[in-house]
Amino acid sequence: MGDRDERMAAIRKAFPAGSVDEVPGGDMPTLRVDRRVLPELARLLKTDPALDCKLLLDVCGADYPGRAERFEVVYHLASLQHPFRLRLKVPVPEADPVVPSVFGVWKAADWFEREAFDMFGIRFEGHPNLKRILCHRAFQGHALRKDYDAGQRWLLREAEQELPSWATERVEDGDHFETQVLNLGPSHPATHGTLRTVVRLDGELITKAEVEIGYLHRCFEKMAESHTWNQVIPYTDRLNYCSAMMNGVGYALAVEKMLGVEAPPRAQTIRLILSELSRIMDHIVDIGANLNDLGAMTPFLYMYEAREEIYSLLEACCGSRLTMSYVRIGGLSHDVPHDFADSVRYLLRRIPKLIGDMETLITNNRIFRDRTEGVGKLSAEEAVDWGWTGPCLRSTGVAYDVRKAYPYLGYETYDFKVPVSHGGDTYARYLVRVEEMKQSLALVEQALARLEAGPVILDNHNVALPPKAEVYTEMESLIWHFKLIMEGMKVPAGDGYGFTEAANGELGYYIVSDGGGKPYRIKVRPPCFAIFQAYPHMIEDHMVADAVAILGSLNVIAGELDR
Amino acid sequence: MKSDDVVVCDPRPLTLTQRFYLVEVVKGLAVTLRHFLGNLFARKYTVTVEWPEVKREYSERLRGRHILLAKPDGSPRCVACYMCEEACPAQCIHIEAEDDPTSPSIEYEKRPKVFTIDLLRCVYCGFCVDACPKEAIVMSRTHEMAFGAREEAIVGLDELMQKGPYEQLDLGYRPYFGAPRSKIELPIPVKAR
Repeated sequence: MGDRDERMAAIRKAFPAGSVDEVPGGDMPTLRVDRRVLPELARLLKTDPALDCKLLLDVCGADYPGRAERFEVVYHLASLQHPFRLRLKVPVPEADPVVPSVFGVWKAADWFEREAFDMFGIRFEGHPNLKRILCHRAFQGHALRKDYDAGQRWLLREAEQELPSWATERVEDGDHFETQVLNLGPSHPATHGTLRTVVRLDGELITKAEVEIGYLHRCFEKMAESHTWNQVIPYTDRLNYCSAMMNGVGYALAVEKMLGVEAPPRAQTIRLILSELSRIMDHIVDIGANLNDLGAMTPFLYMYEAREEIYSLLEACCGSRLTMSYVRIGGLSHDVPHDFADSVRYLLRRIPKLIGDMETLITNNRIFRDRTEGVGKLSAEEAVDWGWTGPCLRSTGVAYDVRKAYPYLGYETYDFKVPVSHGGDTYARYLVRVEEMKQSLALVEQALARLEAGPVILDNHNVALPPKAEVYTEMESLIWHFKLIMEGMKVPAGDGYGFTEAANGELGYYIVSDGGGKPYRIKVRPPCFAIFQAYPHMIEDHMVADAVAILGSLNVIAGELDR
Repeated sequence: MKSDDVVVCDPRPLTLTQRFYLVEVVKGLAVTLRHFLGNLFARKYTVTVEWPEVKREYSERLRGRHILLAKPDGSPRCVACYMCEEACPAQCIHIEAEDDPTSPSIEYEKRPKVFTIDLLRCVYCGFCVDACPKEAIVMSRTHEMAFGAREEAIVGLDELMQKGPYEQLDLGYRPYFGAPRSKIELPIPVKAR
């Protein structure tokens, strides 16, 4: 706390009162910032070694129609040197919704600012490419404003499709041959999701690229505002569908933090076991698909055996293979089946063999290494600047892992290591993911040994549904049950940012509650959103085939990217 | 904040034999041959099944098509309380209530006149089962559903009601009492039993 006060005092000293004010309380230090001093404050936060807020995690808007200054832009920052996180809130009036862009300070702001513009109509002055990102060009209005009528439909005609301005120019290369513009995707087996990349090709070399996303946009955040807190959980499953469990866990932890409750120990251990198995699954999909794109089908099929069997285990726990909806706020929907531990032990014996087979085939395979080493290389500084987290950041040598830095679910009590590599290329990302699977197996093994009998959901009738046996027989429980279903639980008014280490990096939920039974605003910070915004810059001066290799190694999941 | 507890996995330089391909090719072939022979004779670790001749056995918690359970006299257990309609995140349940003139006691005084589920809208999350205070709606293990038209997917009381003793129904996700009854079989069985 002493450090925190010192840092806040340093910031207050640099700026006059009224332009930067501390907001008391809250889950992390929060500053209310006048938009005129924002660029100056941003530079100070990034360059001051005592503050060292190098990582811009999230920029999002929020709409409060009742306030004098209707909109608010919220920034989440983190330091990589100190255990320090900061939230900036910049009020914006409706009449003049302009905020200076921080893209010049953190490149990570690129797509996040575009999203806030798309959803709220807040303009970011100085942004190099401020246009819609998740909604299409024919879309009218701004979807996350509270007065937007969600029933409207907007049709995009073919002629109105997005095309970057440079794509229509005729450009000749050095030898006076015409260069051509090509669409990679949106529906292409190598894009793993509907992602469209427009590239200018000089022969096979990509000289310019731009990405269009939003094909899978289903307005998760708007939907969440019209559902009760628990009803959001099935929607979170569809964010990163390769590891659905971790999205639910992240969401439940974020809401539990706001409620001030904690799930029972057994529920936490089960959440950890299934999260780590999901992480393995996610890495299997990523490595497998990446190898598949490069022409190595065999390891893909071998690894999918492990994935199938993990899915069987998940299905036996919650009744669905992919869209699990297993987590509830305050615990889990059911206890695990009686032979859960045996099945996990079977997986612990089986998965290392499959990883071993894959490693024999791939890790020191000269063809694979020639194909991936040095491809899609990014330095640690750039990766941090782009807001990368997770295995992709760790492959550049930055050992940042939420599980170690800000432990949740009791991760601090487990013995595991953070894999890092220093290459920063496609091969390094592969190595980090393989090692991470092994670490996850070690975590599962330790967690399984600690799995004790006990309840899996809170005995708190303000949060969790009472046991069915009581609902059928007791009047009071029936009333609680009825109130929870009809009104939903009441989360105290305020805001909070819950973050967990999902398979692809930091998955954050910025949640605003007005004290009612439904969320006022939920902003998801999807890890691959930050990662993917660097992609068009990474593939420049690479071959088309390398672009496919890079895309596969970044593990971009469209469900989470577009929400 | 960065962590110190790291394991460095930087690429190791290729050895001469690895650069020479041939030994590595033989090693790789040994792995694929092992898998090939294992699949050909033992099928122990095969995870693919010869669907539709062979169907996978799912656990007893599988969230499939819904079932409305009946009272012993054959009328629905549902009391049209609207809890499932309210709990449904996809808003696929529609209920209209009516008074039940045959009700023997105050316990069941309403009954559903209309109870429809749009099976194409449904996300099979099981929240309706959790919400039901009368154990009237549960889920079956039927998950292979095909419809010729969208209207066919909106099923009503007649299609949803299942009579007969509990044991004869192919029950899936439902409220549990005591020890869970599902079984996980790993490796996944590939032959019909």
